[in-house]
Order: sequence, then C-alpha cells, then structure tokens
Amino acid sequence: MEEPCKEKERVGSSEEPRIGVYICQCGTNIAMTVNCEAVAEAVKNLPNVVWTKVNKFTCSDGTLQMIQDDIKKHHLNRVIVASCSPRLHEPTFRKCIEAAGLNPYVFEMANLREQCSWVHVREKEKATSKAIDLVKMAIAKARLIHPLEIPVVPVTNRALIVGGGPAGMRAALDLGDMGFDVYLIERQPSIGGIMCQLDKVFPTVDCSICLEGPMMSDVGKHPRIHLLTYHEVSKVEGYVGNFHVEIIKKNRGIDVELCNGCGACVDVCPVMVPNEYDLGLGPRKAIYKPFPQVVPNIVTIDAENCINCGLCELVCEKDCINRNDEDEKFTLDVGTIILATGFESYDPREKNDYHYNDYPNVITSIEFERIINASGPTLGHLVRPSDGKVPKSIGYIQCIGTRDRGDSSYCSGGICCMNTLKDASIVTLKYPEIEQTVFYIDMRTPKKGYEELYTSIRKSGVRFIRGKPSDIREDPRTHNLILTVENTLLGTVDDIEVELLVLATGVVPRKDAHEIARLFHINRTADGFFMERQSSLAPIDTPMDGIFLAGACQGPMDIPSAIAFGRGAATAAGILMLAKEVKVPGDIAQHNPEKCVPCVICEQACPYGAWKLDREKKTVHFTAALCKGCGTCAAQCPRGAITMLGFTDDQIMAQIEEALKENPEDKILALLCNWCCYAGADTAGVAKMQYPTEMRIIRIKCSGAANLRWIERAFDLGAGMVFVGGCHIGDCHYISGNEFMLRREKRIRAMLDKKGINQDRFRLEWVSAAEGTMFQTLAIEMSQKLKALKKDFHVTTKNSA
Amino acid sequence: MTFEPKILAFCCNWCSYAGADLAGVSRYQYPPNVRIIRMMCSGRVDPEFILHAFQKGIDGVMVIGCHIGDCHYVSGNLEAEKKVKMVKKLLKMVGFESDRLALEWVSAAEGLRFSRLITDFVEKVKLLGPNPLRKKEEKIKLKR
Repeated sequence: MEEPCKEKERVGSSEEPRIGVYICQCGTNIAMTVNCEAVAEAVKNLPNVVWTKVNKFTCSDGTLQMIQDDIKKHHLNRVIVASCSPRLHEPTFRKCIEAAGLNPYVFEMANLREQCSWVHVREKEKATSKAIDLVKMAIAKARLIHPLEIPVVPVTNRALIVGGGPAGMRAALDLGDMGFDVYLIERQPSIGGIMCQLDKVFPTVDCSICLEGPMMSDVGKHPRIHLLTYHEVSKVEGYVGNFHVEIIKKNRGIDVELCNGCGACVDVCPVMVPNEYDLGLGPRKAIYKPFPQVVPNIVTIDAENCINCGLCELVCEKDCINRNDEDEKFTLDVGTIILATGFESYDPREKNDYHYNDYPNVITSIEFERIINASGPTLGHLVRPSDGKVPKSIGYIQCIGTRDRGDSSYCSGGICCMNTLKDASIVTLKYPEIEQTVFYIDMRTPKKGYEELYTSIRKSGVRFIRGKPSDIREDPRTHNLILTVENTLLGTVDDIEVELLVLATGVVPRKDAHEIARLFHINRTADGFFMERQSSLAPIDTPMDGIFLAGACQGPMDIPSAIAFGRGAATAAGILMLAKEVKVPGDIAQHNPEKCVPCVICEQACPYGAWKLDREKKTVHFTAALCKGCGTCAAQCPRGAITMLGFTDDQIMAQIEEALKENPEDKILALLCNWCCYAGADTAGVAKMQYPTEMRIIRIKCSGAANLRWIERAFDLGAGMVFVGGCHIGDCHYISGNEFMLRREKRIRAMLDKKGINQDRFRLEWVSAAEGTMFQTLAIEMSQKLKALKKDFHVTTKNSA
Repeated sequence: MTFEPKILAFCCNWCSYAGADLAGVSRYQYPPNVRIIRMMCSGRVDPEFILHAFQKGIDGVMVIGCHIGDCHYVSGNLEAEKKVKMVKKLLKMVGFESDRLALEWVSAAEGLRFSRLITDFVEKVKLLGPNPLRKKEEKIKLKR
C-alpha cells in the first residue's frame, strides 16, 4: 500500500472569503414551507457574502452552469447551497465548483429540505426562521473553511465477492472476464446459493439447476476466479482500493487440491445425519457432497458428526483425507468488495406459524421445492410427510413472515406469490388430479411474465381464496388440516380441509446480516436488509466507497434482478479498478506537533491505528492513509493538538455561536453523526414525519467527535438543550467512536453539575439511518421537555445574572 | 389403428425454434408427431430437402420462420417464401398434394401459436392420409 500525499496543506488560507449563497426552492419541495426570498433577504448583506440567489432547481444543469459562471464573474471562493441533504447532493455541487476551478472542499450545504421544509409543513414562519438560522450557520462555517488537498491512492486490481449465489457468481464471472483476479468466498461447501435448492424458477417454470449448473461450472473453471468455498470473512480493514480482509479457511477435513470428488469415501461412511440442503428431509453422510452438482466437485467432512472411524481414509486412493486439520486464517489485499450474501426464507419454527412445529403436513415452500425436485429426498415424488402418500389436495398460505406488524411489515416483492404460482403450475402438470387452493391477501405479480403465469394458473382450475386462515386444526386420524378462513370477497367464513399445507415463506434478511453489516461498516434499512447509498440512483453502492451490493442482501429480489445487480456491482467495481487510482476524502485529521505533548490518548482513540506513539523518541506519528476522518481523536486530545480538516473546532464553534445568537433558550442544538443519526433525520424528512422546529442540526462525522468544549460553549451561550446523536453501540461507522462519546457523557454530566445546569438539558441518543420514526419521536419529546424546562430555565438565568 | 402422420418441421434458430422452446417451457401441449430440424434461417431450407423428405415417405413438411420483417438475417424468410411457393407449384405439377407442405411464421414469443399450428397441421395431414409415396414403398416391402 502506498501512502497518499503526506501533509494536508491549507492552500490560500489568507484569502478573504467571498461567499456565494444559493437558496434552492426545489420546485415547491422547499418553497411550499420556507419563504426562500425571505431567507435570501436575511443573509445577503452578511459579511463576506457577495452573491445571493434563489433558484427553482439548483441541481439542474443550467443552474450548475450558472454557479460556475458566477464563481468566475464575482470571484467567489466559497460556495453555499441551501437545498437538500448533503448526503444526497454534496458530491454533485462539489464536482460543479471543482469544474469552475475551486477546491471541492470550499463548499458547504444547508439542509433546508429533509431537515426543515419537509418536516415542518404546517409551521411556515418558524420553518423560515429555522432556514435562516441554518443558512447563517453555513455562512459562519464557510468563512472559516479552506481548500483541502485531496489525496490520490492506488487501487489494488483484485476484487473480493462475498457469497456464491447467482448475484455473486455473475459478478465474479464479469469481473473475471474483464481481466481482474476475483476471490469468490462462500461459507457453504459449494457455490450456488438458494437457487440450487429450487426445482423450477418462475415465471417460465424453467428447470433451476439446468440454468444454474453450467454457470456454476463456468465459475469453477474460470482462470481468474479463485473459489474460496467453506471460507468466511472474519475482519475487514482498510479503505477504498486498499482493503485488507482476514479470511478463515474452515477445516474441511480433506485436501482440496487432491480430492476429485469420486465419492468412494461417501459410500463407506457409516454416519447418517439430516442433510441441511434438503432442510433435513433427507439424509447425508458425515463426509458428504450436499447435492450432486457441487462446485468445486469435492467432499467435505462435517467434523461435528464425524466419529473418526477412518473408513474414508482406507478407501481414498488419493490420500486426501486430513481429518485433524484446523481452521486457518489468512489475509487478502483487495481493491473492491462486492457483498452478495443473499437472503433466507422465513423460518416458521420460532413463531410456530400455523402449527408448523406440531403438524407434520405443514411444510414451507423451500421444503416443497426439495420434495418436488428430482434430486430431492423423494426423487421428485410429491408425497406428504405424515404417511408418504400423494396428497389429494394442497393448500398454500401466502405472506408467511411478511406483511405482518412490526419489522416484517414489508412485502417480499411478489416473490412468494410467484413461487406459489410456480409450485401450483408444477403440480398441475405432474398431478392434474390434485385439488389446489391458494389463500392470499393480495396476489402481487408486478414483473415481466408474472401476470401471464397468474392468469394461466387461474384458468387451470386452481382455487384462489382472498383471506388468510385464522385457525388451523389437524384431524388426528388422517393428519389432514382443517383451515378456518374468511373469504373476504364473498364475506363467508369457511372450513377448508387440505391434505398438505405449504406455507409461502417470505424473503427475510440472513440471521447474521447484522454481524456482516458491522464487519463491513455498512448500515441496514428498517427491514434488516443492507442499506444502499441512495435508493433511486445508487442502489448498488454503499456509504463505504469500494463496497457494493448485489442480489437479495439488498432487499427481496428475484433471480433476474439479482443477476442484473451482480452485473451492476461488477461494473461499479470494475470502473474503480480500471481507473487504477482513486481520490480519497481530504477531510481527515491533521497533527499540530507544536501543541502536542506526546501522550497515548490519540492512539487509544483511533480504531484504525493512524496514530502511533513512539515511546522511545517521545513523538507521535500520524499516518494519513489510515485516517478515516471520524474526529474522535480530536475530541479526545486534551491539548487540542489535532485539527479535523473540514470539521475544525473553529468551524463548529462558529456554527454553534451562529445557531444560538437569537433566543438560544428556545433552541435545541444537535450534533449528529453523518452516518446514522443525521441520516435518520433525513429519513424522517423523506417520509415527511412532522416534528417541532427547535432543532438546529450540525452535521459531524461521528458522535465520537462531539467535543466537550463545544457542548460547554453551547450551554455558555444559553442553549435550551444540547443533543448528541450517534449510531447504536456496535454499529459505529468508525467502529468505536460512539463508545468514546458514551464514556464522555459522564464528564459532560459532571460539567453540567458544576455549572448548575439541569441534567435533562443534555441528551445522548442512538438513532440508526433507518429509524426516521425514532428521530421524530425524540424531536417531539425533546421539544416538550424544552417547554417544561423553560420555567426552571428562566429561574437559572435570573440567578446567574 | 388410426393413422399417425409423421411431420417434419424446419425451424429457424431465432424465431420459430425459440418459439418451440417457449411452447415447451410454458408446457403448451402439441401432438408428438412432429420432428424438428433446426436451421439457422428458414431461407436455408433448400427445395431439395423438402422433396427428399417427401420421397422418403414423410407425410407433411412445415417450414417455419420469423415473421416477415423480423428475419434475423434481414431477408432470409422472403427467400423461403419464394422457394416454398415454387415447390408447391412443382408438387402440383407432378400430381402430389401440395397441402402436405406448409409455410408458417412463429416468433420467439409465440409458444402458444407454435403448439396450435402443429396441432392443426397434424389434423390436416391426418385427413389427407398417408403419403402416397410411402404407400408404394411399404407395398414393395410387403411384396418382398
């Protein structure tokens, strides 16, 4: 790894700021609530502001051109755009001013849309005065911002793909064909994912393994693809272009290079255990291939169930059994990462949906898939578990585990509807005499060829009942199931008996999605799937540069979409690697040795090892390439010897002072971390969740950067309340920044006590990027608290006066 | 025993053969009397192929290509149209039922149309009875 440009310089810091302010109406998105003209009027004569303009759409091509012309005409050297969230369009405007010859960092945004106009729709006046504050705060900061040098780092031309389902395989093939070395890591013994458990795919009812098998084989044979099956990722370090990934090679008990998958060992193995691949419906041996088409074609020893009898060793002609092997760890250096970790089919065991645990003839759609599959435990004969007979009737219940209250209120995007239609189609063809009934809430068939399959199944005589059964009983003699269902179209309540019941289980995130998200420092949406950078235009990117999403780990999606995402992610990763180098953010830490009294605090605060104390020479060494710019070190440093470029103490102080200039007691000063809480506020905005207008939000990189001095200053200025918002503990984008904030809280509370300030006036809260509702609730609660505190507050100010 | 005709279908790779695949994937049923030969284009069907098939005793021949204007090779199906017309004329001249030869267009999306066309053609040939040339051949066989 090469080091990026050494020291950040302050280019042109002596220059007098000439600020251009652009206030965006965003069509009517902002203008419907905020009086943009009044905002412009309020700020246009402030010191250093030389140009102010109100635009209908600031991000449009024409307006961007106009900004570039203005920069030249009015010699602007700082630009402020007061429009939407910087999380959305900061890159757009930075690019715009860069094209006009300015440094991209001499730019600041005021969030008038997500955090003002959309959330205060009914309070036009207050929203306008909040908007004026927000723009004034941006101006105060802009006076103190300086150009930053943008380091350029090399990009390693290798990619890591996590997950070997259709999306991961497609991405691997594409990147391999582009000429990059690809490491495809899969925790199972074979690639293939859930698709290879399926019998058929919808809407064509085509054979699943016939489509996937050749693709798996292509992946296995590709000279550029290094297959790492039965491996797992244990640690991820580094940054875009330069990731260091620690990988565990799980003990497989065999020599991967030597084994040719002849299967002689499998024949002699005496241990029979349920096969996970068949969901336990069929057996496998302790040395096994989960299914016939495995890639790579080698066996795996399940160490947990192996009885060490040694029979396999006796028959193996190539001597490839190494039962005493252990897990191995190694590190890979890659430039880009694609996450294609897939989904899970909802597991009805936990909630015992429709007595799944008690009645043998209640099965899930994946179990159905294995039963009807020719290579499944029944060799494709549709029989029911209780007596091994072909059922005379089948019922399907839709929306199991989805479209429910709470976290699983989402719809799997028609996937379970289509899967049931496909199942019904297979049964109609193979067993035309079986009577089939589908119980549904809504049949969702929104994609190409979906509605056609639905129509043909309806015509084929399958019965559709709109209503979710409310009760299920089992006939103890026949093990038939009696469902009580309200037919909501006919308005009748009926008892319907079926011999086999299939639960159409929904698409849910993998159980360990949370751990994976933490490992790669990415977020998850409220439904638990990985969060994309932006839902409309950046569905494949993540907030982490160089890490991309493919397939159903991003949200419920069918196979064609997963393939499209796989190709998309491969393209995104390929673009980065073809460029060979990438610009990394310039807003990172800067060491001021003259103030530094070498201690160990910065070293302890940095989870990336950017700060190193040389204990012999008594000096502190800073490695810029390792710094991610969270600012925790700066907040921890007792001597103020660390400057966070782009978020300096002076800049934040100026914002605080500006925010609290007028009626500070009516304001809640909020320091929100960019990745979770600020994003949560944006989510509340996009969802138009209304809350009161007291909040003045300052965006910081991490809650760990929230300096005690800033908070003290805010209270000295008479702030009604101060609110620090970060990611949930464990979810910090910078690994441990929020834990430092948590520890700092004690010192803050002590400071409040010392000053005689009510403890209720300081709040520390964790809000994730998906928790818009939580942000709204907090904002409302704090506003009420502020009003309740006001009486007490007046007493305090009087006393201090 | 009812007469089961043997039908030969020349299908172009891009439209009609794909249409036949779609019929399969969609499970559209059609009689098993047809044998399909895949060609790159219906324009490739040499008149001699058709005549040869009839000589060998095939009861019906279908040439199936892309719809006019949709040919993967711009104008191959126009050539096919000319050739089939010519062969039909020839067959009439020698007193052979020209209805045993059919030219049809099926797109890659028309699985249902494919299955219907085959079904209809099989019915039609059933009414025509066995290929008279085959009768002769079979008679010769019997004599021996």
